[in-house]
Amino acid sequence: MLILTRKINETIMIGDRIEISIVDIKGDQVKVGIRAPRHVKVYRQEVYQAIQKENIEALQTKPDVIPLLDNLLGDAKKKNGKE
Amino acid sequence: MRVVSKPYGAIDVDERQKIYFPFGLFGFENFKNYVLLDAKQQPFYWLQSTDVAEIAFLLINPKIFRTDYELDIEEEELAEINIKNDEDILCFTIVTIPENPSKMTANLQGPIIINRKTREARQSIMRNQKWKIRHSIIDELMSLEQKSC
Repeated sequence: MLILTRKINETIMIGDRIEISIVDIKGDQVKVGIRAPRHVKVYRQEVYQAIQKENIEALQTKPDVIPLLDNLLGDAKKKNGKE
Repeated sequence: MRVVSKPYGAIDVDERQKIYFPFGLFGFENFKNYVLLDAKQQPFYWLQSTDVAEIAFLLINPKIFRTDYELDIEEEELAEINIKNDEDILCFTIVTIPENPSKMTANLQGPIIINRKTREARQSIMRNQKWKIRHSIIDELMSLEQKSC
């Protein structure tokens, strides 16, 4: 991994269209500004990975549980006093 | 068209059920072609890959258990699937059902957004951090009434 030292308000260029600036530093938190073309999506890594992981987890859903869901949802609504 | 599906095996599917994900889903970027199938159980649907039978996501309309659910994503992300106004939007969330089905959850942080006119779709990440990856559908349903009181 390339490691660069930057001060507040200094910027790093990735290629000619992606800019990463250090906006602020307070204690152990760094505020980073990112300018990138529309098609480059910027995500917090932990959020991106969590959604990726949950999508994989969702594939475990077995079609044979589907008929059970009617009762489950019905009971929840009853407990809620809605029906 | 003929599709091999996870819930029903080989079935005939109307062309109008086809959904195209130009960017795939997170972790499934290479799979772009899906069909939307009735799960034969309201209010669920299957998002079935037409490439791989095992790739099928159970979907639910989140409004059913969270009446306050409103999309909170960049306009640009909607523009990328050619959504021009709110009437074009069909919004679902992915359901995960573990061994004990009463513990089923919905991913409200990463909704599936479909352009109902062009049938292009994408998965997005909500900006507001109150939306989590695992919301218990049963718990949300049970507390639905209290919230609206």
